Amino acid sequence: MKIHIPNSAWLGNIDPFLKSFDTSRPDKLEITAHKQWISVHPVVLSMVVALGLSCKPKNIICEQIEAKSKHYLKRMNLFDILKIKSGIRIEEHEPAGRFIPITQVLTKQDLTKFITDMVPLLHLKPNQAQPIRYIVSELTRNVFEHSESKIGAILCAQYFQKSNRISIGIADRGVGIKETISESYKVSSDSDAIRLALTPGVTGTTRRIGGTDYNAGAGLFFIKSIAKVNRDFFVIYSGKTLYKLLKTNRDKPVKLYGDPFKDKHSKGKNFPYWQGTAVGIDISLDSKEEFAVLLELIRNTYSKTVKERKKEFYKQAKFI
Amino acid sequence: MKIIKIFKKSGVFAEDKDIARELRLKKITPLLKKEGSIVLDFDGVESATQSFIHALISNIIREFGPEILDRISFKNCNDTVRQIIKTVVDYMQI
Repeated sequence: MKIHIPNSAWLGNIDPFLKSFDTSRPDKLEITAHKQWISVHPVVLSMVVALGLSCKPKNIICEQIEAKSKHYLKRMNLFDILKIKSGIRIEEHEPAGRFIPITQVLTKQDLTKFITDMVPLLHLKPNQAQPIRYIVSELTRNVFEHSESKIGAILCAQYFQKSNRISIGIADRGVGIKETISESYKVSSDSDAIRLALTPGVTGTTRRIGGTDYNAGAGLFFIKSIAKVNRDFFVIYSGKTLYKLLKTNRDKPVKLYGDPFKDKHSKGKNFPYWQGTAVGIDISLDSKEEFAVLLELIRNTYSKTVKERKKEFYKQAKFI
Repeated sequence: MKIIKIFKKSGVFAEDKDIARELRLKKITPLLKKEGSIVLDFDGVESATQSFIHALISNIIREFGPEILDRISFKNCNDTVRQIIKTVVDYMQI
């Protein structure tokens, strides 16, 4: 496999980065990077590490990173987690910024620690912490429950002062959304599977609308909706499909849809095959919307969609 | 009326649905089978996920029917926890 960390890869312009990675020879990984400057979304780093942890350390080749911003990669723990000797040193007096380095989350205890550490590390106020820890918890539990990822979940996050937002990346190398959803639904493509996974009331664990006692099929819909209400990006990539929720313009009212394809979005179906799932999300901290108000909006759409889906499956008596 | 304190098990952020399921199976369901009414006290819980609340109460509504909600009171819920409980209660009755 070959992956190139580019000059710029944010959720808005992530497509060229995803299209460029080479999935051949899955037991080896070659990492290269832009020579001058690297400025990337946390999901890019989570993906690089997820690929690296799928190989033996001796099979990872990482070129000498020359970019001026190479210290960022070091601080984000990219090299240490992959056991790469980068030769990059960090001076202790350098400001650390507000970020959560790349972390491998394998157990529930790891997740609890990650969520607990996250709030002070990102200097979040209580009202800002609510959606962020909600997203991290639900996404990571999806990995534990559905993905069968041997490397668990790879997470990291960064606060950006200029735009006053938190960006979160999470990647796994599990079975992917198509296989999970296929346990209960007939799906012919990664795109169909992602569409269903984002639809309220759909879970891979049962065909029953509303789910089981343990899974409601609400997690991804809630997360996509949090991004939408905040007018932020949300990206989900699994198999060969990328689904990207685009930002809602500030001058337009936000409307939530049960069908993710009705949201303003872009998608591509012929990306290099990603074994597992990767999710990237941005959350603006400028939002004045209280989390509880946002949840009320989500509740209304969720209930409406589940009602409509139940009607679709409602069978009439057949009189002959 | 028996009071079940959620915070003791969940902490400030109620997100571990294994804990929720255990609370349901070991405390809530047995109590509902023998007692008149119960109180789920969320004092100290700052936030909860829909997954947690779903694992806590969805199967009770499914098993006993929506009438069981007449015998369950939710206490000390802030706006966030309240909205999530309302979501689960809503969709379990559709």
